[in-house]
Amino acid sequence: MIEASGLSKSYGPVRAVDNLSFTVKPGSVTGFLGPNGSGKSTTMRMILGLDRPDAGRATIGGQAYHDLAWPLREVGAQLEARAFHPARSARSHLRMLAAAGNIPDSRVDEVLGAVGLSEAARRPAGKFSLGMSQRLGIASALLGDPGVLILDEPVNGLDPQGVRWIRTLLRNLAAEGRTVLVSSHLISEIALVADHLIVIGGGRLLADTTAADLAATSGSIEDAFLTLTSGGAA
Amino acid sequence: MTAISRTIRRPATGRSAVGFRQAARMELIKLCTLRSTWVTLLITVGGVAGLATAVGLNSKNTHGDITSNVLAGVAPGLLAFGVLGVLAMTNEYSSGLIRATLAAVPHRGTLMAAKAAVFGAVALAVGELASFAAFFAGTAALPSVFHAPSLSDPTVLRAVLMVGAAYPLIGLLGLGIGAIVRHGAAATGVVIGAVFVGAQALGALTRSLGAYAPISIVSDSLSVTKAGTAQAAGYPALVPWAGLGVLALYAAVALAAGAVLLGQRDA
Repeated sequence: MIEASGLSKSYGPVRAVDNLSFTVKPGSVTGFLGPNGSGKSTTMRMILGLDRPDAGRATIGGQAYHDLAWPLREVGAQLEARAFHPARSARSHLRMLAAAGNIPDSRVDEVLGAVGLSEAARRPAGKFSLGMSQRLGIASALLGDPGVLILDEPVNGLDPQGVRWIRTLLRNLAAEGRTVLVSSHLISEIALVADHLIVIGGGRLLADTTAADLAATSGSIEDAFLTLTSGGAA
Repeated sequence: MTAISRTIRRPATGRSAVGFRQAARMELIKLCTLRSTWVTLLITVGGVAGLATAVGLNSKNTHGDITSNVLAGVAPGLLAFGVLGVLAMTNEYSSGLIRATLAAVPHRGTLMAAKAAVFGAVALAVGELASFAAFFAGTAALPSVFHAPSLSDPTVLRAVLMVGAAYPLIGLLGLGIGAIVRHGAAATGVVIGAVFVGAQALGALTRSLGAYAPISIVSDSLSVTKAGTAQAAGYPALVPWAGLGVLALYAAVALAAGAVLLGQRDA
């Protein structure tokens, strides 16, 4: 369970996130939608304690991120596709993170296998395609077998096969009872996998609803999304 | 197909939360799994020993401070360690790794302490290796008319040990500046400026302050075995222990400032 209440964050005169409140429940995939620059990544960084909110707070299972005893075992996050040193191998990158969670190296090989990177595990991650980088990011999120997953635009750069793979993965993770928050600026992509949608624009909450309900407000879910976000951006 | 079974072993020890030990292990793996770390360290040891050999071969003044002279090749090595310290921090920012790091270890003070401890320990080990290598290579290359200094002389041993200790201190100064500046190229410029260029310029302008320049401390305070050599040549110098203390102070101030900023800033 992820809870955001009254989250606000400004960068100079730009209000990136504006009094944002929502709850992400376990057992389903929640899509976090908004146009580019709408505040999705900033919100995710605040949930993870990386950026400090000007007001409000975010909690995971009722606790602030920095109060979690073993954060990697409770929350798996992928914030950007290439959050690794380009000269370090994929396996070394994961081993180093595993060390911070008292996670055995056997788990490193397990998640490398799960994302299909076993063959490439010892190559420098900087040589990876965008799709492979995304898979490494997802591997790092899965490393601690966490109950909460936060993925920022994980579909970017994946080929059609990869897109289908991640859709299945997200559904399975939710079916296992995990809390799954996935951001995207592509409504059509997220509509295929998310049960619940949180839509933001200009840092403000525009909709917190099910995919089916959102689609019902307009002819299609895409129309509904564009109507919502064009109003929010104005 | 996901194979995400719950197979994570709970921590065997009594530790109930991620702490210094986990952070230090993470930082050690980080340092050891980059080839550039090993290359820099090897080149430093080799280069310093090579320079010391050249100094030894070309020594003419049998009454000079031979130990200090053969240890003089440390300056380029110190620069390499300063840059390595900078990169240990700024690499995190250039790659976005800092966010993965802080997600794994949210307590930023713990992270900074672990980073400094691991980097400092590795740099100390390699720094001492470089210093002893330089001493042995340089004294072995001395012309036969010289009475080579011996490590059984406490002042010689002290000089070699202290020069070795200068490496981690300059490296940690770099690490702290890296945390403050966050951009590799800019932070490298600051380190070169602070340690090499600016301090020398300051020393040229104000003689008494020159003794506090990091490079002067290494060459005129740490490496000397004959007290008063620098003073006799007409410029001020700190005594060895004071020099080491001032270098440690520089590193501590940079690290503390870096830690405070790391704690306050958004990542």
